[in-house]
Amino acid sequence: MTAGVRAIGLLGPGISSWSHGRTVLRGVALYQPQLTLIPASMALPPAERRRAIRAVNLALAVGHEATVGVDVDLTKLPTVFASSGGDCNNCHELLETLATADRQVSPTRFHNSVHNVAAGYWSIATRDTAPYTMVSAYDGSFSAGLVEALSLVASLRHAVMLIAYDMDYPDPLRELRPIPDAFAVALLLQPSLASGSMAQLGFSFGEETAALMHRPELESLRLSAPAARALPLLELIACERAGLVGLEYLDNLSLSVAVTPCN
Amino acid sequence: MGCQHRVRQSHNGVHVNAVAISALTVTSCLGAGLGETRAALLASRSGLTPCNFETVRLQTYIGQVAGVDAQILPGGLARFECRNNRLAFLGLTQDGFMEAASQAVARYGAHRVGLFLGTSTAGILDAEIAYRNRDPFTGRLPETFKYAESLDFFSVASFVRKLLGLNGPAAVVSTACSSSAKVFGMAKRYINRGLIDAALVGGVDSLCLTTLYGFHSLQLTSALPCRPFDANRDGISIGEAAAFALLELVDEAGAPGSLALLGVGESSDAYHISAPHPEGAGARHAMQAALDDAGLMPAAVDYINLHGTGTPSNDWAESKAVEAVFGSKTPCSSTKGASGHALGAAGALEIAISALAITHGFMPAGLHCSTLDPSCHINYLRANSASAPRVVLSNSLGFGGTNCSVLLGRFA
Repeated sequence: MTAGVRAIGLLGPGISSWSHGRTVLRGVALYQPQLTLIPASMALPPAERRRAIRAVNLALAVGHEATVGVDVDLTKLPTVFASSGGDCNNCHELLETLATADRQVSPTRFHNSVHNVAAGYWSIATRDTAPYTMVSAYDGSFSAGLVEALSLVASLRHAVMLIAYDMDYPDPLRELRPIPDAFAVALLLQPSLASGSMAQLGFSFGEETAALMHRPELESLRLSAPAARALPLLELIACERAGLVGLEYLDNLSLSVAVTPCN
Repeated sequence: MGCQHRVRQSHNGVHVNAVAISALTVTSCLGAGLGETRAALLASRSGLTPCNFETVRLQTYIGQVAGVDAQILPGGLARFECRNNRLAFLGLTQDGFMEAASQAVARYGAHRVGLFLGTSTAGILDAEIAYRNRDPFTGRLPETFKYAESLDFFSVASFVRKLLGLNGPAAVVSTACSSSAKVFGMAKRYINRGLIDAALVGGVDSLCLTTLYGFHSLQLTSALPCRPFDANRDGISIGEAAAFALLELVDEAGAPGSLALLGVGESSDAYHISAPHPEGAGARHAMQAALDDAGLMPAAVDYINLHGTGTPSNDWAESKAVEAVFGSKTPCSSTKGASGHALGAAGALEIAISALAITHGFMPAGLHCSTLDPSCHINYLRANSASAPRVVLSNSLGFGGTNCSVLLGRFA
């Protein structure tokens, strides 16, 4: 079960795009941590844009980056979203309101609390009537999303967009789930035989431990958010190196991803 | 651990991609286990009661499962204590389901059995209570609150994975009210691609303040027991449920006459975050995709278990979609008047009800529909039918315009 990587979107603390992140991962640019800057999504209609929470903008930003200049019909593109906790700022606000005497929940706050809110807004923004899904597997959420996306590419013989994202947690939840800042990655995957791939991916399940990043600052970034567990894979793609990389997945099960650059 | 695509011989030339449903269980306000559920359906008994849940003070009805809080999670898993996981455990201990899951692990190996569960609430009730008990000085949550084991979306899968010793691929799908229908499609695909040999799938959603006050804020809850497809319907009754199925390779478990997952179809409305497409375009595409997946014509479907939430817009849009695909003759009903809307568990709950319809030869009535909405041109069952459906379609449509239709039948 293999697929080609057609395009990538990337956003995180001190990483503004895939083209920027690529230079960091190749060691060409220094990694300089700073707060993740999330642009408002211009793809959403104005009414939706006003109500969109940060997680939606985050997911749409990387998804958009992975489609710019790519010849793909967004209205028929199946999508897989992967996030451990979604927008926990929204969740926190809801929990605070429910802890008050009047419990007056805002309708917008409530509909933004569904885990598939970013997926729903993506489908509206791109008029995408193909199915989407939203998977969650704690720190293995990226791997769960990748397995789902690769199985869909193989079954449908069609391009599939994978968007993995996680948001910073507010207090008091942050103490229990210490995700310090937003991180998101989008992979536009396509059947292996399609042209224009930058790398081919294959995978198998195993029990080996996940690969680490060699540079300590990037290793702490990898550990900072479930979506950032993709970094060892992105590093191989950025460096145009062939290799096998273990990604964090589940207790007693890791994901081995085989990367072959296309040149 | 290989993952070759399985080239499958079809059993009758139709069900090429079908997988076997080798075990099933369901727990909702209709009862614990398949037997109580079937008895309630055959008696047209609703499990909805006036809301007296926790500290909630709302004029609405709920479908509350009895005995959830009396459940004690087995030793070593006490850290997973939360209403959602207690409900999951109550559900898993019915109908010999845990034994069936253990047998699958023994047969295929723990790494070859997947786990895919749908939930929208996870254990958020316990977070709601923890937020009422924050330290007044530091704002910290009480130490008894465990994030990863309750509030986190994956908590129920993490709990079930450990409870049953499953080491295969796992994920929680959380797409609002289609969550636990979509896991059937996911598992079917993984089995057909050779990633796994069997999968435990299902849905667990539990009553909480978030959904009760949240749907109330959207003016989507009814003050009466919900009345799907009634001309005067005015909203939903929130329920809770735990429903599970064991899916297996046809080669191993697909004996003639046994229950089959024939097809799954999915789509997105791409229309509005909390309202369905007015003409039901997404629901229509999902139903058609399920038929295509199964290689069946619409006429092959004997009964449709509708999503039928009881909101004016959902039922109207769904009736348009059903009419467009099936015409107005196929018998159909929503069982939410009996069970309430179990949200993230609704898909698995209603797939289990659909399976009961096939295995026990009846079509359940849609309760509380005294005057069928004349603008809904469908053959809506207001009383149980004793005719035995061979093929049943179950619809799950959710917030965010997510649609999933699941086709069940028997192997020929």
